[in-house]
Amino acid sequence: MGESRSISLEGGAAAAAPPSPAPMKPRRKRHEMLRIGGGISTGWFIAIAIGVFALLLGVWWLVSATGLVEPLFLPSPVEVFESLQRQVENGQLWDDARVSIYRVLVGFSLATVMAIPIGVLIGTYRVWEAAIEPLVDFIRYMPVVAFIPLTILWTGTGDTQKFLIIWIGTFFQQVLLIMDNVKRVPMDYVNLGYTLGMKDRNIIARIIIPSSAPAIWDSMRISLGWAWTWLVLAELVAATSGLGYRITTAQRYFETDLIIGYILVLGCLGLIFDQVMKFLARRLFKYEEAH
Amino acid sequence: MTGKPKVQARGLTKAFGSDAGATVALSNVDLEIGDNEFVSLIGTSGCGKSTLLSIVAGLQEASAGDVLLDGVPIVGPGRDRGLVFQSYTLFPWLTARANVEFALRSEPGSKGERVELAREQLALVGLQDFEDAYPHQLSGGMKQRVAIARALSYRPQVLLMDEPFGALDALTRQMMQELLTKIWEEHKITVLFVTHDVEEAVFISDRVVVMTNRPGEIKEEITIDLPRPRSHELLATQGFGDLCGRVLESIRGEAVAISGWRNGGSH
Repeated sequence: MGESRSISLEGGAAAAAPPSPAPMKPRRKRHEMLRIGGGISTGWFIAIAIGVFALLLGVWWLVSATGLVEPLFLPSPVEVFESLQRQVENGQLWDDARVSIYRVLVGFSLATVMAIPIGVLIGTYRVWEAAIEPLVDFIRYMPVVAFIPLTILWTGTGDTQKFLIIWIGTFFQQVLLIMDNVKRVPMDYVNLGYTLGMKDRNIIARIIIPSSAPAIWDSMRISLGWAWTWLVLAELVAATSGLGYRITTAQRYFETDLIIGYILVLGCLGLIFDQVMKFLARRLFKYEEAH
Repeated sequence: MTGKPKVQARGLTKAFGSDAGATVALSNVDLEIGDNEFVSLIGTSGCGKSTLLSIVAGLQEASAGDVLLDGVPIVGPGRDRGLVFQSYTLFPWLTARANVEFALRSEPGSKGERVELAREQLALVGLQDFEDAYPHQLSGGMKQRVAIARALSYRPQVLLMDEPFGALDALTRQMMQELLTKIWEEHKITVLFVTHDVEEAVFISDRVVVMTNRPGEIKEEITIDLPRPRSHELLATQGFGDLCGRVLESIRGEAVAISGWRNGGSH
């Protein structure tokens, strides 16, 4: 009581004192977008995003047009575009992309189909976590690149080897991500299932999986990006087709324009896949919209 | 209380951790709840009241002692006891009606009958117009009303409520207390209600059980002999105020003991 009174007295004294001699400089009103956590309109967001792309493209064009950098190292955007156009016209770009997309989808699907049940299991039962998590964590830190020679030895340089590399690169990561997603299911949800007299298997199927599904989907979206990285790597090292393979052959003939063009194509493919996953998530988990 | 108890806890003790560094949450608790009696369990945070409820629900095991329901020991969770949690436990991927139906999945009868029953339950808590709303479209109070409808839908013998209105604002909380009182007065059921709100406990209960702090023990049982049906007008009466004073005095002793307020108020 005594303490609180002394505080209120101090407060009263401060209020009675004349305004402080050095008045605070009034903050200049900043635009909403420039404040921490401030909002931004969709129009501005898109305009800024496109602006940055255009700016970089402009710098690239300027650097090559003024001859600052030799075309062998950095051809102009126009040359890159023209070389891509030739690939489109002779159908090679589509052939290369088709092969790579096929490999990514198969490799990624294999990893996902295996990772979901295992991730759910070890996220649900501690005993399974003890059995599997340390092992997965250990393998996860082994460099995927180092498996390339081994996988070639085991399966050759065909599609199977590409699937295998994608699988090694994504499966172990996915298992751990899914385990974390499942662990975040509120314990009260599970307890509710128990009080309703549900069996474990029903609690997993009807509570744990639906509850963690949006988060699992997001983990899949992120790991799909990694699948692309590992595929291109595998195709660069040993392949007879695919986008990565085309980049290696282009390197042999110093076709820098083609290399850059294909790198851009890979970037676009990644972006498209990501947006498709996001779009599907909005469709599948409509009930989440307000969050 | 007359007749045989509906729920009976005997020598209930719960310790967490190993023998040496164990925290005793409950110590030798005896508690009886009569058939269709509304009993509140009140105490300061961490006094073990939620642990006690959880053991009655069958979600936690007692270290010693047991709980009987109609004279039969409880060995795990079951549909004879309905639970309403403090957190909003509605599934976000299901509509209000589907959340209630979820609890009815194992009930006999056709899908149509279950839908009808779920509708009735939502009407009971005044949410008949929100059956197709998803939880994110409902306010906190509405979510808890759905949770109550769900817990009552499969006709458990005992309703267990763990600070169900703890996260709600004062006005909503009061309206929920009135709603729960009204439902209980019309459809009698045995209730064990955990709270740390004195007025809430006095307003809704037949009997208030005050718990001591760690280790949790029953300190005092106060019979609330206020007339029913009860409405918010009761809050202004002398009798209500006196009972709140008695409960508060009993809890205050506990709060003072743990917080050190008695010794100069600084910590």
